Amino acid sequence: MRTAKGFLLPLVLLLLWEIGMRASGLQSDSLAAPSQIAAAFWTALLDGTILRRTGETLRAALTGLAVGGGSALVLSIVLGLVPPAARLMQFSIEVLRPVPAVALIPVAILTLGFGYGMEISLVAFATFWPVLIYGQAAIVNIEPQLIDLARVLRLNTFGRVTKIVLPATLPRYFVAFRLATAVSLIVAVTVEIAANPLGIGHELMTAAQSLHPDLMFALVLWIGLVGWGLNGLLLFAQRRLFGAAGASVGVPQ
Amino acid sequence: MTQISPLPRGRAAQPSPLITFEGVNHSFGARPVLQDVNLTIGKSEFVCLVGPSGCGKTTLLRMLGGLLSPTSGNITVGGKPVRGPAQEISFMFQDYSKALLPWRTAAGNVSLALEAAGTPARERGPRIAELLSKVGLAAHADHYPAQLSGGMQQRVQIARCLAQEPSVLLMDEPFGALDAMTRQALQDEILRIIAANRTTVVFVTHDLEEAIYLGDRVVALYPNPGRIAQVFDVNLPSPRNQLTTREHPEFLRLRRELFDFIREDRT
Repeated sequence: MRTAKGFLLPLVLLLLWEIGMRASGLQSDSLAAPSQIAAAFWTALLDGTILRRTGETLRAALTGLAVGGGSALVLSIVLGLVPPAARLMQFSIEVLRPVPAVALIPVAILTLGFGYGMEISLVAFATFWPVLIYGQAAIVNIEPQLIDLARVLRLNTFGRVTKIVLPATLPRYFVAFRLATAVSLIVAVTVEIAANPLGIGHELMTAAQSLHPDLMFALVLWIGLVGWGLNGLLLFAQRRLFGAAGASVGVPQ
Repeated sequence: MTQISPLPRGRAAQPSPLITFEGVNHSFGARPVLQDVNLTIGKSEFVCLVGPSGCGKTTLLRMLGGLLSPTSGNITVGGKPVRGPAQEISFMFQDYSKALLPWRTAAGNVSLALEAAGTPARERGPRIAELLSKVGLAAHADHYPAQLSGGMQQRVQIARCLAQEPSVLLMDEPFGALDAMTRQALQDEILRIIAANRTTVVFVTHDLEEAIYLGDRVVALYPNPGRIAQVFDVNLPSPRNQLTTREHPEFLRLRRELFDFIREDRT
């Protein structure tokens, strides 16, 4: 019932938009009525364009996330367990972190050329930081008594990481990856719009440049839906795995 | 130290020294926490450390457990200097809600000690079952800590400590957060278990009666900086009994002496 209420406002706005467009009889290169947008979406869906382009974007975004987030996961554990290494890296991290991934697009084109390589690299760069920062915070927040326990039981480093550190921080890492997933989609689409001839972003840019506002709006809405679906999927998984609290240390039921 | 009279308990009578503190000091930065601690603890002796907050009793225990290094002085166990945590020394933490892995069952938490000690997987199952039944938790092996009461969680900790087969058991206010009935049940349980294994115990507590009830000796500490004030010998019949021991004239005399001692210290 609450979700149904959430759909009410967008539906009313769409209806007003449709009525407005029809009443004014406007013919535009930059606007389209919802009915036209729906038709364009349906055509692009049937001829496979949307699914193929979505596949390209998701492939780049999720590979980049795996590379960036995965290496950040490993580095955050190393930095968490070896404080001198964390102090050594701190300056480099603080200098590199504020660099927007978008600012590296020219660098990536120059060094890697167009294609998946450069898009994956940029997504990896952008998703590396949230996972690293959240991961470090998660490790600092491990209950000190559990660290004492690991010492008293004389667990070796591998045992300490797999039996104490990872299970204790898993819920927080999951949240970090969920946020990084949103970042990965944003960066992938941005890179495609700005330069890379791949994915939904490129299709969107092409639609705008060839004066197809109906397809353009259809793609914008579609990107929103993909992001919403992806986040919903991860939220569902998070609730299932760690309970409603999510960020707290979960008890697998 | 008071004169040692013939002990009905027989455990503390001239025991061979197992643990020694020699001129041990510890400071956090410039602030001394413990000053010139000299103490000898015999094999299978039960020693309780009491004193107000800030007297360094937990620091003393952590140094003995190898979790902290003394700033100066020597601590030896079985003639060997303590250089870090050891297999034969097991440590029971105060806060049970933070000392168990919430994502593992009672059996899984006991298993952790066996895994750390390198016990082969197929030998763990029977050992875990034996340890859990020893602390009366055989029926709760598959329960997570959040599903157990505070007393049960401390029993899981006891089982995990016993999995190490320690010759020395260090306990940091283990029953402080439990209700009175559970606390008494666990006091008797720990006495029964360590009597069977002849384990040496160093036990930190706030509770003077608990210290007298459990201990062969009670070591009272002064605060600021922490130092040993006096050592009381406890000459009470064993096994202890929650009713008769606590009504024993010697128990009452010691209780009076310790309370007076702590009160004098305050003024």
